[in-house]
Amino acid sequence: MRRRGPKRNLGLVFYAVLYLAFLYLPVLFLPLFSFNDSAFIAFPLVGFTTKWYGQMLADSAMHTALWNSLKVGAAVALASTALGLLAAKALTRYRLPGGAAVLGFTSLPLFIPDIVLGISLLILLNTVGMQLSLISVMLGHILICAPFAITVLMSRFDGFDKSLEEASLDLGENAWTTFWRVTFPLVLPGIISSLLLTFIVSFDEFLIAYFLAGTEATLPIYIWGQLRFPYKLPVVLALGAVILVVSCVLVVLAEWMRGLGQGGKRMVGA
Amino acid sequence: MDDAYIRIENITKRFGAVKAVDRADFGIRRGEFFSLLGPSGCGKTTLLRMIAGFEYPSEGEIYIDGAAVTDLPPNKRPSNMVFQSYAIFPHLNVADNIGYGLRRSGLSKAERNARVEEALAMIRLPDMGNRRADQLSGGQRQRVALARALVNRPKVLLLDEPLGALDKRLREAMQIELRQIQKNVGITFVFVTHDQEEALSMSDRIAVMSNGQVLQIADPRTLYDRPNCREVADFIGTMNFFEGKVIGTGGDITEIDAGIAGRLSAKNVAVELTAPGNDVLVAVRPEKIVLKTAGAAGLVGKISTSAYLGERSHLQILVPGLKDPVSVAAQTTHEHAGADVSLSWPAEAAIVLPRH
Repeated sequence: MRRRGPKRNLGLVFYAVLYLAFLYLPVLFLPLFSFNDSAFIAFPLVGFTTKWYGQMLADSAMHTALWNSLKVGAAVALASTALGLLAAKALTRYRLPGGAAVLGFTSLPLFIPDIVLGISLLILLNTVGMQLSLISVMLGHILICAPFAITVLMSRFDGFDKSLEEASLDLGENAWTTFWRVTFPLVLPGIISSLLLTFIVSFDEFLIAYFLAGTEATLPIYIWGQLRFPYKLPVVLALGAVILVVSCVLVVLAEWMRGLGQGGKRMVGA
Repeated sequence: MDDAYIRIENITKRFGAVKAVDRADFGIRRGEFFSLLGPSGCGKTTLLRMIAGFEYPSEGEIYIDGAAVTDLPPNKRPSNMVFQSYAIFPHLNVADNIGYGLRRSGLSKAERNARVEEALAMIRLPDMGNRRADQLSGGQRQRVALARALVNRPKVLLLDEPLGALDKRLREAMQIELRQIQKNVGITFVFVTHDQEEALSMSDRIAVMSNGQVLQIADPRTLYDRPNCREVADFIGTMNFFEGKVIGTGGDITEIDAGIAGRLSAKNVAVELTAPGNDVLVAVRPEKIVLKTAGAAGLVGKISTSAYLGERSHLQILVPGLKDPVSVAAQTTHEHAGADVSLSWPAEAAIVLPRH
């Protein structure tokens, strides 16, 4: 049987495979060496072990760092998504004078190098005399996470008919109850997607946290500290492998929720 | 205006420098099927949205049943709306959509369910309450939107081009059904449309709008037979226009010199137009024109096109010296394109309008 249509370009297939290998092969070394029974990260592999995972679970400093990162991530996800929700509703639903400029300014932190942002925030907090702590890390992270939340939620708001909210007002609900009976259920996939995305961004963030954390380490700061001790490297790899798996699951989940969001578009209009 | 149930009092709405609605001032009677008719961008939807409370007028007041509602939000007004997009809530099923507005009514759950059942029966969709909104066809969505509004028993139902998204056959069926429902419930309907046939066939009265202004408010027959200006005459049906100058009036007949179109007579012309020398337009409907073979008295021309439409034929007649061909709707005709004919009409068929 002859394949219909233009001939397949083998060069492009080769390129695509090479590209994906370059992207993901290094990442796969993480779980590979985390199960290798040797303190040295080199081929050939010596033997299978789970002892690095055991050491990881026994490390109380790591637990504290993980707990700190989870706290910061959760708070940042909630705060930036709440702020993003308000901004997205305002930018899509009202005739705002200078709305485009506002959107531009809220996205600016994405384009400022994190190291510059970290130093400027450090200077600012010193000037106002605020103690460095997890709170300051949260504030820094909200700054870079809010633009993600706004973008995700705006696409969700754009996806549904404004007259749905008008219909609710017309049927006797006020602005507040309309939000809970119509707007919230319809943007919910976007809200969940935004929560997951902003959580990941905060959880993975190192530079700003490094400048603003003070004495309380987040997980990336703790890992950075561990790299000074070569014999601890396999434990870090084990930790890295766990984070990798969890991150992947969350990102897939976030994208899936966003997909549900796009599905909602079909229900709009006649 | 004393019998007005909805009173639109000198309403102007500006969007920046643009006047979307310009000094609209009229009343809508209780239980009336009232249409706002005009081309897109004429301000009809803006006016409807001001009655609903989605837009606030720049000037003027709106009263419903004697109470000023001008500054009230939509949820505090005794009106409900059927949206152009229907705005069916996609996350709720049909019954929950219809019962949406009853939550605040103070009715018990059983009473609310009974009302929803009753509404489903009215729109002839019983047993559809558990259907998801996205499983409905266009016509069904339209009915659910109607039921969702009427179930609250509003004083006024506002409809924003509700039949625009339906295909022709369904639209005509819904026109009849909508009119029937309106008669049964007896609620005042305010209906926005750009479709003049739809407005003529459904409405008790129609307000024709253009460029934010209300040009004429009348029942369909008066709008068709006695338009008050060129725009209304042009927008409702087809109309032939002849420019002329008043010669004089004797009894109820006014004589007009229409240049190449000759000397035309018109009956019962408005007094303010009858001054000799006044510039006027003589308007004649295509079906009022009598077609005769050449040689008879009247306007002489040649048939340029002839379209056979079953019960009648539409003809275009070129009259030498006139810019536009004359449209004629003849009952039956044996004349073909190229034939010479003469056109005439009775004096009462001639409508005299001011020329601006």
